[in-house]
Amino acid sequence: MGEKNKRTGQNDYMADAFAEPQVPDGLFWKCEKCGEIIYSEDIVANYHICPNCQSYFRVPPRARISMVADKGSFTEWDTGLPVSDPLRFPGYLEKLERMREITGVDEAVVTGFVRIDGMPAAMGVMASSFMMGSMGEIVGEKLTRMIERATRERLPVVIFCCSGGARMQEGIVSLMQMAKTAGALKRHSDAGLYYLSVLTDPTTGGVVASFAMLGDTILAEPGALIGFAGPRVIEQTIGQKLPDGFQRAEFLLEHGFVDKIVRRDRLRKTLSFLIEANGGVKPQEMYTTRQHNSGAAQKAVEID
Amino acid sequence: MEDLTAWERVKRARGGERPTSIDYISGIFDRFMELHGDRACRDDGAIVGGIAQIDGIMVTVIGEQKGRTMKQNLKRNFGMPNPEGYRKALRLMKQAEKFGRPIVCFVDTPGAFCGMEAEERGQGEAIARNLYEMSALKVPVLSILIGEGGSGGALALAVANEVWMLENATYSILSPEGFASILWKDGKRADEAAEVMKITAGDLKNLCMVERVFAENIEREESEISLTDEETEAAAQLEEYKSDTEQENTEQERSSVLTRDNMQLLADELRAGILEFLRIYHGKTPTQIVEERYQRFRKF
Repeated sequence: MGEKNKRTGQNDYMADAFAEPQVPDGLFWKCEKCGEIIYSEDIVANYHICPNCQSYFRVPPRARISMVADKGSFTEWDTGLPVSDPLRFPGYLEKLERMREITGVDEAVVTGFVRIDGMPAAMGVMASSFMMGSMGEIVGEKLTRMIERATRERLPVVIFCCSGGARMQEGIVSLMQMAKTAGALKRHSDAGLYYLSVLTDPTTGGVVASFAMLGDTILAEPGALIGFAGPRVIEQTIGQKLPDGFQRAEFLLEHGFVDKIVRRDRLRKTLSFLIEANGGVKPQEMYTTRQHNSGAAQKAVEID
Repeated sequence: MEDLTAWERVKRARGGERPTSIDYISGIFDRFMELHGDRACRDDGAIVGGIAQIDGIMVTVIGEQKGRTMKQNLKRNFGMPNPEGYRKALRLMKQAEKFGRPIVCFVDTPGAFCGMEAEERGQGEAIARNLYEMSALKVPVLSILIGEGGSGGALALAVANEVWMLENATYSILSPEGFASILWKDGKRADEAAEVMKITAGDLKNLCMVERVFAENIEREESEISLTDEETEAAAQLEEYKSDTEQENTEQERSSVLTRDNMQLLADELRAGILEFLRIYHGKTPTQIVEERYQRFRKF
């Protein structure tokens, strides 16, 4: 998948956060689902979707932001927070340093202010390439600061979830991030503000059991793996193979745990519609333009 | 406190003879009425909950419940709750909030159950919802880790104003076996993992994760305190009586493993602690109680 072909050694995330997603070092990627070798620009131009089999590549934060944000609207918050190593786990600090170099982000989540079709929001995007998007103290802290700031500034919150769960290397401190983020979201909600959670492949473990499942609206990307326990753990527990499609986005939709599965080409419009519908405020000039344009041709009914 | 390795404490925490939530409930409270069901799916035997009375004060009590026999464990699912268990717990907690009852939780689970039906019914959502709602409960919440504190399944009953631990209880991100298998690709190094993970009461107290730790081997520690002659004599007689009647158990007595039979002193101490907790929190406003709980977790 995409994240294996990361650009290496670049630390210029902020500088060109709004440039089009960059072509990675390898000019060709192999789709792990269909095995097709594809020119990487074709994938990037196609929302990180395999043009051959339509399966979804994982999207690095930078590319995700440019997929939904108005050009130039993203301002990153809370970078460079001091690293915590509560277990003094051998090799952990070195591993973090290496991950920063490889991924170009400072932790497994990027947070900041964004406009989506003019709608202002606080947005967090998790990075699967950074230790499988695992949540330790810094991930929890960045998200909590973002949510608290959104509560103060009366902004809706959007989080793109993508995580293997709590970060083992920080032990119990990682577990506490679940309660910390959930508590911050409760306050945000009690202030009458909107939280939109987007579940992408994979969203599991402690992230599912905290902020991922707490959205006023929960969207999921097609085929994303979403679950509390990983499939292998369940198979070991029950001693049998899991059926096809178990814990995929479509399965969660069927069981009532996500509101809607959203295709990437419709992501931006879906987000801005939901934010506007749930208390978002659009700048005045955009509002008037939209009124002029509204008419029969604009009518859209989405049933799927 | 006894001098044990982390792995020895893990084994104590999992011990089949260790008192369960129900044992503490009957050992600590004057009355208890169990209430059942999540109002959506079914009643989960891995969580017991209800209303208890302690020194005239009504509280809501919720505990994760393990069984002793195989039959009990089938009913209790080895103390591993399904989503409906967490939803039952939340229902009872919201009711406690409505009627102004403080909440006491007993945590003792290897973890939330990892089964197909648990996933279908939203195990992650159920835990998340508990964390979310518990963070804003207007009544005081006290959680006591009495055995295994397995990951999110434990945290779902531990978003509390204070978290207490028994000496040989554990609280961890996942089992030492799981930790060793994920990070070192070798589940057999669980004993080593237990040391690294900082999961014992002492370690967690140092990390400010728990407010109080209760010694389990109270009898021995108390006998070290100077006794009056009368007490010493009575104790000697009791020992004599015990050695006559419970020869088979002497080994266990000596190794001071906590069981249902020797837990009453600990239960009394917990009772005194709970009463003190209730007294302190009785003087706080709902806003204070919520804010203090929020800040307790905000600092992590």
